[in-house]
Amino acid sequence: MAKYIMKRIAYILLSLYLIITATFFLMQAAPGSPFASERKMTPALEKQMEEAYGLNDPIHEQYIDYLVNAITFDFGPSFKYVGQDVMDIILRSFPYSIVLGLEAIFIALGLGVLFGVFAALKHNRFGDYTAMVIAVLGISVPSFIMATILQYIFAIQLDLFSVARMESFWDTILPALALATTPLAFIARLMRSSMLDVLSSDYIKTAKSKGMSQRIVTYKHGLRNAMLPVISYMGPLVAGILTGSFVIEKIFGIPGLGSEFVTSITNRDYTVIMGTTVFYSVLLLISILIVDLIYGIVDPRIKINAKGGGK
Amino acid sequence: MKKVLSVNNLSVSFDTYRSEVKAVRDVSFDLHEQETLAIVGESGSGKSVTAQSIMRLVPMPPGKFVGGSIIFNDEDLTEKSEKQMESIRGKDIGMIFQDPMTSLNPTMTIGKQIAEGLIKHQNMSKNDAHVRGVELLKLVGIPNPEKRIKQYPHEFSGGMRQRAMIAIALACNPKVLIADEPTTALDVTIQAQILDLMRELQKETGTAIILITHDLGVVANTAHRVAVMYGGKIVETGSVDEIFYNPKHPYTWGLLGSMPKLDNHGEELKAIPGSPPDLADPPKGCPFAARCPYVMKACGEHMPAYYESSETQKTACWLLDERAPKVEPPEFINVGGSKVHG
Repeated sequence: MAKYIMKRIAYILLSLYLIITATFFLMQAAPGSPFASERKMTPALEKQMEEAYGLNDPIHEQYIDYLVNAITFDFGPSFKYVGQDVMDIILRSFPYSIVLGLEAIFIALGLGVLFGVFAALKHNRFGDYTAMVIAVLGISVPSFIMATILQYIFAIQLDLFSVARMESFWDTILPALALATTPLAFIARLMRSSMLDVLSSDYIKTAKSKGMSQRIVTYKHGLRNAMLPVISYMGPLVAGILTGSFVIEKIFGIPGLGSEFVTSITNRDYTVIMGTTVFYSVLLLISILIVDLIYGIVDPRIKINAKGGGK
Repeated sequence: MKKVLSVNNLSVSFDTYRSEVKAVRDVSFDLHEQETLAIVGESGSGKSVTAQSIMRLVPMPPGKFVGGSIIFNDEDLTEKSEKQMESIRGKDIGMIFQDPMTSLNPTMTIGKQIAEGLIKHQNMSKNDAHVRGVELLKLVGIPNPEKRIKQYPHEFSGGMRQRAMIAIALACNPKVLIADEPTTALDVTIQAQILDLMRELQKETGTAIILITHDLGVVANTAHRVAVMYGGKIVETGSVDEIFYNPKHPYTWGLLGSMPKLDNHGEELKAIPGSPPDLADPPKGCPFAARCPYVMKACGEHMPAYYESSETQKTACWLLDERAPKVEPPEFINVGGSKVHG
């Protein structure tokens, strides 16, 4: 187990190196510069600025400098926000994003599994159809439309929440809901089909033939097996929620990492682009590792060993 | 011997989009203590539905009881509620399924799967259930049971899994064990081991067994009595000797004739031409009439009654009527031949 985790961490470091390299050169290849804004600087001033941030060094030197600094988690200063380090920006905005993201994952997973199981148990009856119509709507409606609908109903009409403010936990509920809608619907459909599959399997019949009650058959024997596809969806789900949050953050005016990420790209704020990308990558790679570890615990057929985790 | 289970005129149907499929039609049989009753027949003859109806494992809907009764412990199982059935399944009636590769829960240890029934029906503590589980695994011939009980099904071979299934089914000493094609998915040497095991366990525990199979070799080996099913009906019942050496029904003749034999050099296997009837629209008369080489006018019109040729043998065939022409069984039936059980 420990050996397996060590090996996976080695892979994570390798992936990170590749991500940093690719982002670095892609970013350099993109036209524009951090100082090319509407208010034109004098050429002399611009040159001075570029000199100060080391942008005139040969590209391989910049690349190696960046790698060395990145190892020590020093992502350098922001080009756009004078006097702020990239790490400061991340640490300031990430708490908002993580609360929002975790909340959304929690909602999507909890309600999605609940709806899916409910639909499977009411297979081909009214409850099933209702749950699945809602699920199709949830998948089809983009999160930004969902967000405005939620704002209109709950914030403007019912006046239960604020439209766009980020002060208490109460304020995170609407954006988390909007963010969770699509994955929730997806999980519900996934859960329904896998639950139907499991409920018609032979071992469910065996469990019934032992005299187990419907409740134990469904939850003890069925749910755990039916959860497996949902658990493997968790990796992409975390990625989707992390990168998808910037739209929601914009709509609800949340100073989260997602909006910093997008703004940094339009600003050509090189260090912030790199910093947020690396940060997101670390987060994603670690969450995939955690999902794999959970999968190994839930499904004993998956052996977690140093050989790479296959069967 | 005492009757433990009696199925009387049981009819089970399934509602489908097309029409009502009458899978089991007017089936009656008794099961006695310490006895093995084999139900044989080809696919779709209704043998599994009969077995699952006794356990009430037929999904309802689309399935439904159309008529008849299943008397167990002086009570009609067809009238029991789901809750009442839960305390009968696994405790009084155990069941083994066809495919041991899929009939065990892949995410639960063998020990837990055995313990579940013990904890529910015999109010055992977890520890006692574990101890009993080890005993059961030893009983069904799994080596190293203390270690094996903590393993998952994927760590067992097919034969081992079926042994574990038998341990689960017999955990609470049921009066009746229903084995639904328990050896079909296993290879021949393992088949023999599993059948031996079932026979031995029956001697020890006195459990009555209903053995569903389409393999007459298995029947000859294990059963005391045989019920031959065709088209949702029992066409002939008798002791195993009567069915093998003095069969009366042309379908039983056909079944025996289509059994491969070791001393059959160069001869073609005798298949029964035609295919079984569509149970969505079953024939009015004898279900075998369309394939029967001895078919008469009456066969298509009326379902024959059961003719008793001995105390144990009953055959539903018009050929046994006194007005019918006398037909000798085909020569490959070894009439009055050596007994199956010595």
